[in-house]
Amino acid sequence: MNKCKRCGAAAVIDVRRHRAAFCADCFQHHCREQVRRTIDSHKMIAPGERVLVAISGGKDSLAIWDLLLDLGYDADGVYLGLGISDYSDTSRGFAERYAEQRGAKLHVVDIPTEHGFGIPDAAKATKRVPCSACGLSKRHLLNQAALDGGYDVLVTGHNLDDEAAVLFGNVLQWHTDYLARQRPVLPATDGFARRVKPLIRISERETAAYCVLKRIDYIVEECPMAAGNRHLRYKETLNDLEERSPGTKAVFYLQFLDKMLPLLESVAEEERRLVGSCSRCGAPSTAEICAFCKLVERAAPESV
Amino acid sequence: MQVHLHNPKRDLEVPGPVRVKDLVKRLGLNRESVLVIRGDSLVTGDATLDDADEIEIRPVISGG
Repeated sequence: MNKCKRCGAAAVIDVRRHRAAFCADCFQHHCREQVRRTIDSHKMIAPGERVLVAISGGKDSLAIWDLLLDLGYDADGVYLGLGISDYSDTSRGFAERYAEQRGAKLHVVDIPTEHGFGIPDAAKATKRVPCSACGLSKRHLLNQAALDGGYDVLVTGHNLDDEAAVLFGNVLQWHTDYLARQRPVLPATDGFARRVKPLIRISERETAAYCVLKRIDYIVEECPMAAGNRHLRYKETLNDLEERSPGTKAVFYLQFLDKMLPLLESVAEEERRLVGSCSRCGAPSTAEICAFCKLVERAAPESV
Repeated sequence: MQVHLHNPKRDLEVPGPVRVKDLVKRLGLNRESVLVIRGDSLVTGDATLDDADEIEIRPVISGG
């Protein structure tokens, strides 16, 4: 039987890239330490700052909310209703139940109610793939929620697998502009709240295990809009490599941060120089009208 | 043992004893992409599963 690397008790989870297995208590300690170390080393959150966590009802967002609360941060949540039929109702239920059980504050922004469209409508109207319309809406509305609520920092549940898959896609197509902004911390600028990703050292297998061990109920089923998307294919490819060679994903992504990102600073600087503000909503944008306002115009023209 | 799978949801009957990592391999799954849960407890790859066990194989990859 596998023994816990830290205390020698019976292990319940193996983490092959660390050549380690952990018991339930030590695994939770391991996750807290990984998050604490990430926050400190990247100066993500200063003591006393107000934190807003983007909550989807899935394992990653609920895990990071729980970890931040356990680490003593003043962290509220914000849930975006995406208008994806039963899936949105179910995921909202998980978010609300967690907030209630934990005694934490959850803001809810329902896109169909407040903006007149759901993600399936937006994808159809703009001929974007659903995940693109969804990502664009989330970036805009979560930032708006953070600014409106006076929060110092917006936390997202992007984990090691998410970041490695995005990096893989950006490298395959040599999107140097996207690579330059793939950072664990995007600093606050005019119109943007600081955005941080404290889960970059934790895989999604570990966030799922964390939720199981802490008895945090989350939506296990995949979003019906995401089935078969490119991001999932990249994750499967990386996991094929990871299974044969544990640690591949961490080396790929964490070494990108250390060795490649500094070389892309001039690209990032040029990007920042080009950012103005949307003539319609005032949000930061490189075009006269931002991508979100264009999406609203096509998906819900009556609301413009 | 009863094995519950997701995406699509289905149940399988698998004879025991079998080690967790062998079961995952036999089902054509990647160990990095799933958690194996016996009853309501996680189990490691080296654990042995028996006929009487109720097993959930839970996917962990999200596409968002």
